Amino acid sequence: MKQKKKYPIYGVMAEFDSATAIMVAAQKAHDAGYRVMEAYTPFPIEEVTEAIGFHRKDNKVALACLIGGLLGGTGGYTLASCAAGVWFPLNIAGRPFIPWPMFIPVTFESTILIAGLSAGIGMLVMNGLPSPYHPVFNVPGFSLATNDRFFLCIEARDPKYDESVVTEFLNSLNPREVTRVEG
Amino acid sequence: MSAFQETELRQAPPVTKGYIDPSFVPMIAPGHTFNTITEKISNIVLENGTPNWWFGALLVGASFVVVLVFALTVLVFKGIGIWGNNQPTAWAWAITNFVWWIGIGHAGTLISAILFLLKQEWRNSINRFSEAMTIFAVMCAGMFPIFHTGRPWLAYWLFPLPNTMGVWPQFKSPLVWDVFAVSTYFTLSLVYWYLGMVPDFGTLRDRARKPILQKIYGFVALGWRGSSRHWSRYETAYLLLAGLCTPLVLSVHSVVSMDFAVGIVPGWHSTIFPPYFVAGAVYSGFALVLTLVIPARRLFGLKDFITQRHIDNMGKVMLAMGLVVGYSYCFEAFFALAYAGDKYEHFMMMNRMFGPYATFYWILILCNVITPQFLWWRKIRNNTIILFILTIVINIGMWLERFEIIAVSLTRDYLPSSWGYFKPTIFDMMTFAGTLGFFFSMMLLFMRGMPMIPMYELKMILPASRPIGHPEQGSFEEEVMSA
Repeated sequence: MKQKKKYPIYGVMAEFDSATAIMVAAQKAHDAGYRVMEAYTPFPIEEVTEAIGFHRKDNKVALACLIGGLLGGTGGYTLASCAAGVWFPLNIAGRPFIPWPMFIPVTFESTILIAGLSAGIGMLVMNGLPSPYHPVFNVPGFSLATNDRFFLCIEARDPKYDESVVTEFLNSLNPREVTRVEG
Repeated sequence: MSAFQETELRQAPPVTKGYIDPSFVPMIAPGHTFNTITEKISNIVLENGTPNWWFGALLVGASFVVVLVFALTVLVFKGIGIWGNNQPTAWAWAITNFVWWIGIGHAGTLISAILFLLKQEWRNSINRFSEAMTIFAVMCAGMFPIFHTGRPWLAYWLFPLPNTMGVWPQFKSPLVWDVFAVSTYFTLSLVYWYLGMVPDFGTLRDRARKPILQKIYGFVALGWRGSSRHWSRYETAYLLLAGLCTPLVLSVHSVVSMDFAVGIVPGWHSTIFPPYFVAGAVYSGFALVLTLVIPARRLFGLKDFITQRHIDNMGKVMLAMGLVVGYSYCFEAFFALAYAGDKYEHFMMMNRMFGPYATFYWILILCNVITPQFLWWRKIRNNTIILFILTIVINIGMWLERFEIIAVSLTRDYLPSSWGYFKPTIFDMMTFAGTLGFFFSMMLLFMRGMPMIPMYELKMILPASRPIGHPEQGSFEEEVMSA
């Protein structure tokens, strides 16, 4: 979703009133063959995410979390074993240097820690956040996207993009307003 | 449509015996829209100004913080000898407070993570609040072990870091597990809390009128714009964090309890400690959530979002946890007196009930076992004033429970020659009072500067947040028209 210099116009955006309206609009836009588009909503609406063509398999956060968890668990166990068995072995009444049951808590905690951080930070990185500037913020009234309005933006990078056609198409969806988004 | 009808029905609660059945009270008062939710919650931060009571309360809280700073400064200069703990009670006041504060934090994670996984939508209005409580409670808890080291600037030695001395932490010790558990708990709670607030910071950024506030909230909102793809990944991350925090929260107090259970002191060396500690933690945490929520909803006018139903549900959870705690007390006594056949355990329990700290034991039974029985009555669960008093009583009881476990066992262990008596010093008390002040000051600052109820999650409870029909089913356009 990187904004490139060669598109001076980012896209065309339509504003809707309700969750149902945005879902219908997104579905129709997808049916009309538009692919590079984005909906902006004040809360998650699964149906809209599906409608714009972003499916569960495109969501890689869980994978990041799994990898993080595996690394964290391995790392935690290795750390405990190396510290207690190699770097600073203490012979306490001849007990084993690497007693695995004693390392379960540390392994568990480090698994959770790294998995959680991977999920959280991974989500931000995949979303391209933090990104203080984004062209859609130029749209007047877009501040309502975090309150009670729903926006659908068909982007200029879409292969089928033709500004006048897209504007006309979005106007046919019964929006409150259709705005051109400056790049 | 069914959700919508259900909400409609719930607006007409049956009145029986002069009070309203809370399970018929909606989770959001009728008549709210997305916009009124946004307005009501963000105006507390942005528009309504600072109420006078807030300054008064902060003044009280902050003066206790001054006490805390004083007590800790003296501690750093003079050493931990100013505290009352000494052989045989090497662990005393500080660890009691540590365990109590960590326990307080647990309700926050329980409400935000476990109730989220169980799809309990009523947690949506109180989860932010209780997560904040978790963060600040863990901060308070952390102060005790860190300052108990005597040289807090070397507290990082607790972590496994390569050093020129070639020394490493003892990974077979529960005290090291504790470092891992508590620091993981704090870190993940912070991440969970902050990520939960990002969309709401976006709302505040968009509604703030002063440029400085726009910049501050814009900075912390990370450029959130509500994109559907972002929401999708966001929800996954949130769900995963909830799933990870659930076992985490259970592990944290279990590990804390192993600090005791792995030791051989009578009264500590017990297998029931992990579940017993976790139940106690949730119990005291829920009590503190209620202690804070009951005044906050009145003072900030949030009764529309934190309704009688929330209060009632929390009362029920508290009752359930109180029963688990009571059951644990019975079993502890049964094991020690009747089942184990160990004379030291037997002596410990008799000493707990009739020894030098017996008064505390009976107060604790009164606070933790007798008091929650009042919660069986719906009338009491619905009377916020009585409930408020009950929550404070319960937290006093939970504090005494931790104190009993520590002081009674350590002052009367195997050898009568090493017996002693623990009394807190004025510095012990100042430190504890100071952390209470710190906690309440932080909560006040949080309520003033951050959205204390998650706006986007609350909006998701409204029926209008779910699109009606589906394009593929054909009849969606009629449904749209009729709605």
